[in-house]
Amino acid sequence: MAREHTRSKINRRNFLAGVAVAGAAGTATTVMPQGAAGSATTAPPIDPAPAPRPSALPPTAKIAAAEAGTPQEIKRETGKPGSDFMVDVIKSLDIKYMPCNPASSFRALHESLIDYGGNKQPEFLTCMHEESAVGMAHGYFKIAGKPLLTLVHGTVGLQHAAMGIYNAWCDRVPVIVVGGNDMDAAHRPPGVPTFHSAQDINALVRDFTKWDDTPVSAQHFAQSFVRMYKIATTPPYGPVMMSLDAGLQQEPIHDIGEKLYIPRFVPSSPPQGDTGAVKEAARLLSLAERPVIVVDRAARTPNGIKLLVELAESLQAPVVDMGGRMNFPKTHYLNRPPNVIGQADVIIGMELSDFWGVVNGYVDNDAHGIGVNESKIKAGTKLISINSVELITKSNYQDFQRFQVVDVSMPADAEATLPALIEAVKAAIPNDKKAAIAQRGEAIRKAYATGRENVKRAAAIAWDASPISTARLVMETWAQIKDLDWSLVASEGNVSNWPQRLWPFEKHHHWLGRSGGYGVGYGAPASIGAALANRDLGRFSVSIQSDGDLMYAPGVLWTAARHKIPLLAVMHNNRGYHQEVMHIQRLANFRDRVAYLGNDMAPLGTSIQNPDIEYHKLAESMGWWAKGPIKDPADLGPAIKEAVAVVKSGQPALLNVWTQPR
Amino acid sequence: MRIPIRVALAGIVAGLVLANGAALAASAENGKTAYVKNGCWQCHGLLGQGSVVTSNGTVLANSQLPFDVFKNFVRSSNRAMPPYREAILSDADLADIYAYLQSVPKPPDVNSIPLLKP
Repeated sequence: MAREHTRSKINRRNFLAGVAVAGAAGTATTVMPQGAAGSATTAPPIDPAPAPRPSALPPTAKIAAAEAGTPQEIKRETGKPGSDFMVDVIKSLDIKYMPCNPASSFRALHESLIDYGGNKQPEFLTCMHEESAVGMAHGYFKIAGKPLLTLVHGTVGLQHAAMGIYNAWCDRVPVIVVGGNDMDAAHRPPGVPTFHSAQDINALVRDFTKWDDTPVSAQHFAQSFVRMYKIATTPPYGPVMMSLDAGLQQEPIHDIGEKLYIPRFVPSSPPQGDTGAVKEAARLLSLAERPVIVVDRAARTPNGIKLLVELAESLQAPVVDMGGRMNFPKTHYLNRPPNVIGQADVIIGMELSDFWGVVNGYVDNDAHGIGVNESKIKAGTKLISINSVELITKSNYQDFQRFQVVDVSMPADAEATLPALIEAVKAAIPNDKKAAIAQRGEAIRKAYATGRENVKRAAAIAWDASPISTARLVMETWAQIKDLDWSLVASEGNVSNWPQRLWPFEKHHHWLGRSGGYGVGYGAPASIGAALANRDLGRFSVSIQSDGDLMYAPGVLWTAARHKIPLLAVMHNNRGYHQEVMHIQRLANFRDRVAYLGNDMAPLGTSIQNPDIEYHKLAESMGWWAKGPIKDPADLGPAIKEAVAVVKSGQPALLNVWTQPR
Repeated sequence: MRIPIRVALAGIVAGLVLANGAALAASAENGKTAYVKNGCWQCHGLLGQGSVVTSNGTVLANSQLPFDVFKNFVRSSNRAMPPYREAILSDADLADIYAYLQSVPKPPDVNSIPLLKP
């Protein structure tokens, strides 16, 4: 990617102007094709016909040399590199870390960040895969509430990063992605750097980013970088993308008579629901006999939890938390399972990723893949939606899910709308309904207590099983962390939702939600990114780490060890891509065929066994404290205790635990 | 595996009359092998403990469901559980599987597990 020739003293703007002049001149001297002269309306020539001329003149010796020979060495310029100014811009936004896999297309910015910028704000975190870098930024934001920057190599690095970006898009998380791209085809090195360049790298991720740009000057970079940060961090959040020319990074800043400046970042306020719509929603809720609140990514901040509790208590309405974020305390009696939806006469959904899926069921019950759709709600149930994602819906990727008709629709941020909604609900509740509302709360309190006991009884089943039951896995872990300021940073692979059912989730950092796009490979990097943020806040991070997820890009384990990111990863190692295990079995059954297992337990192609992966050795090889495989439930508690001590000392630790499938 | 209540009640009555004849002759040991080989464990767990996400919370271990009701559901399920027709699972294997599920040790009392105490 090294440039053989720096640019001339003509800056890009003047160069483009020069091209325009040359183009106009070229037009004036264009030779008309002979066929055009022979049209019927053209007067016949008076003079004898001139000698035939070729349709294109042969190149002069100078042009031929320029086309076929080696470009002439151009005098090098000196001065402050453009990438140094870019570092000044990046630093103005107080971005703490930059998880990143190095690449030549952003070597200039990389060098400026560590040598000119002192490797602070942001600090470079060496990653071994771009998807890991984006995943780390994803997890980090969900704890810190601030986005990270990652640099990716044009084309190849961005393709690696794409799945992580899609997860961030679906999970409504801001990640700042800058892709190096050597755009000058006449001067960039041939071979590999040209394979790694494209006209428009942003096109690859345009369908699942909020905004993208390709700056062509240092000042353009400054404006676009601040703009992209602002767009990414305005609810609904989302990833943003910049294609950054390698030449622009490397060139000295040209003096074109303008003083470069860095635009000041001013955060945008989140969009709130329309006053009339808020009042109508409050009216419906306050008059409802059985209102239900359903939330998914409603609580963006800890204050969102407080607001939801206030709304739920005002109505004594059950809250169904779909788990996109930590929205509502699991210890609160109004926290209820999804089956309460069927009893509702009014449902308010806040930041739901799939409203249709909340009020409808789909049964995959035949070989044709069509299945059965059925409503979960009573006829006449009123539906209210507050959802900011309506403001950024795109066309291609189908993350907007099936269309659901609702009675009141607010394309607005739920957390920002809650204060007005709470006020309106309190004002709308008639005095003669207050006793009935209180009575409703008492009934829910009793149901909550009964539900808790039922969950514990269910957890006791297969308590002593080997491989270890997922309930036992989760509760042995809980026993060792319960007295710490803990944060469950990821739970991938599905452990039957035992943490949500048994752990007392109360604080915003107790649960971060899942990947968003369900792209496997999120858990390991996101948990390490979140653990990084928790490390800076003095919290203890724990993850339930699945086997398939870890193997997408296990190099992120090395990143955690290298940068001293403490995390307890307790593996849910069920030795398979279990969702796919069940899918193949279903299809075989529907078709009256016996699923072929080969030598595995599960249908061919879905198991991760023969040989079994020794994840503890994998982790050890990359600097983690690790133990396993743990198959006897009696060994689990002591091993976790040991691992917790290691993590408290500042190291990451992994336990390879063989588990039941779900 | 979700069993409609009416079907279950009818089956209980029928089961009492038939005394689970087919199941009584079955082998729990063979049933364990058949349970794994035929993929029952995938949604129901290796001990029939079930899962809220893959079996709607239904527990098969030590089920009180009579064999005939169990068999009828397995053969003709048209809900989330895919059916196992005779072409892919014999009556004998199904009876063995039932016997295996009946043989799973009962879970400990929840109050005897310190980690599950309030």
